[in-house]
Amino acid sequence: MEIQAKFPHRWLPYLLLLPTILVSVIFLYYPTGQTFILSLQRVAFLGLRKTFVGLENYQRLFTSPDYGRSVVTSLKFSVGVVLIGLSLSLLLAVLANQKLQGARIYRTLLVWPYALSPAVAGLMWLFLFSPTVGLINYVTDTLFGIKPNWLSINLAPLMVMATAIWKNLGYNIVFYLAALQSVPGVLMEAAEIDGANTFQKFWKITLPLLSPTTFFLFTMNLIYSFFSVFGLIDVMTRGGPVDATNILIYNLYQDGFVFFKTGLASAQSIILFVLVIILTLVQFRTGERSVHYGA
Amino acid sequence: MAHETRSIIYLWRARAQTLLLHAVLIVACLLIAAPVLNALVGSTQTTAEAFTYPPKLTPGKATVDNFRNAWNLGLGRMMLNSAYIAIVITVGKTALSLFAALALVYFRFRWKNLIFLFILVTLMLPVPVRIIPLFELIQTFKMGDTYYALTLPFLASATGTFLFRQHFMSIPTDLVDAARVDGSGPLRFLFQILIPMSMNTIAALAVIEFIYIWNQYLWPLIVISTNEKQVIQIGLKMATQVWADVDWGMGMAAVVMAMVPPLIVLLLLQEQFMRGFGLVQEK
Repeated sequence: MEIQAKFPHRWLPYLLLLPTILVSVIFLYYPTGQTFILSLQRVAFLGLRKTFVGLENYQRLFTSPDYGRSVVTSLKFSVGVVLIGLSLSLLLAVLANQKLQGARIYRTLLVWPYALSPAVAGLMWLFLFSPTVGLINYVTDTLFGIKPNWLSINLAPLMVMATAIWKNLGYNIVFYLAALQSVPGVLMEAAEIDGANTFQKFWKITLPLLSPTTFFLFTMNLIYSFFSVFGLIDVMTRGGPVDATNILIYNLYQDGFVFFKTGLASAQSIILFVLVIILTLVQFRTGERSVHYGA
Repeated sequence: MAHETRSIIYLWRARAQTLLLHAVLIVACLLIAAPVLNALVGSTQTTAEAFTYPPKLTPGKATVDNFRNAWNLGLGRMMLNSAYIAIVITVGKTALSLFAALALVYFRFRWKNLIFLFILVTLMLPVPVRIIPLFELIQTFKMGDTYYALTLPFLASATGTFLFRQHFMSIPTDLVDAARVDGSGPLRFLFQILIPMSMNTIAALAVIEFIYIWNQYLWPLIVISTNEKQVIQIGLKMATQVWADVDWGMGMAAVVMAMVPPLIVLLLLQEQFMRGFGLVQEK
């Protein structure tokens, strides 16, 4: 809906938008375009010589077993972070949304880890999981008589996944709580009169009404698990042991800024970009469909 | 009689359900807090205390030493750098997106929808998508290893523009008419009417942006090479090489230090932050 009353002015609106547009063009659009161009080039060390090679970088990536492994590692990691993370967050948000004394305190206590950084989360959990000083191995030792090595090839992906899930709970719960507050009480009362039990109310009313939020969080969590977890991986495992936690963003960083394979790393940026676009479009489409449903 | 018994049973069941709910929530809150509490305890212990088995869960004797050692690694300076950058970007983003939203809502001009779309699309361009050319660009501008590299590329905010635009459109139009009758221009209207009415949105955006910038990792890792200019997150990475899986006390002290500022921002602005998202229903 357009607001009717306007200030009459010829150039002021453009001036007001100028800083945002300038920053966007120079630091967002231009480098993104450059990434496309670089991904079609082979760049000699230090960027001194650039030669056009067409799709060679992409071809190398798609035929490289190492990159293929990184894709699989990344997918497993992302699926785990998104599915487990969202289910847990939804469960906790529904519990904290009940009419209870101290509900506000519970909400704060569930949300506050949102402020912690991926690196801080990574180091705290490294301390928890440490084979020598960690609390977790004391618990598993006491309960089951085992002391697993969480930094090993098999367990490191689980350790990293658990940390990443924990770190994003607060963020997800904020959005789920906000959405739950807007579920109309009338609907719940009507369902109760019809004799629906708690689970039926959840499956038939709450969950469908939350679907726009779930799709939004689905995309945000995927992007989080693709990009933001870089610091977490870097302080916990550095992609290891033997590439066991080498997700796509870590592979990109290593190729681009450790081995200086500029063209190859740019092609990886583009692959990630295409993934982001697909996910955003999916979210827009499902989002639109659920608007009819929700309101 | 039968009726009365049934209602007593019902009452007891409701009470038991409430108790169970409290119990589950308390356990959940404790589990969520556990890694942080563990790090807090760890930050007070000497290396010998950290390595005892079974683990010692009570505060140790090395609190002051641990924090002093962490501070002496240069982490204090890096905290100030992070605070400076986070404040500059938060203020800058808020200002720029207030201006942009003012233009988009209260003016009529050509290409308006196209420009709004142009700003929104930047949401799909996170740093990793453009990181290599951005790095080269910063070198071309001779801004490598400077605060400009950490701040300038982050001043535009699609999130902010979007949030303020939504909020402005919900403000009654009579206000604009009144402002125009009073003869006050758009900028006075922004500062005297819109901004005071947008405090929750501003606080919500400030919390998101401060935390986002304070916690940023990949970009400073690449673009900053001098320790005195480095941010705290990379400071933590450097500190891990010093504590090297041994001096966990100092390590956890560093982690606790790095955690505090964004946590304070969140807790101070919590009410406004949640209201900015419509979490607490307005009465």
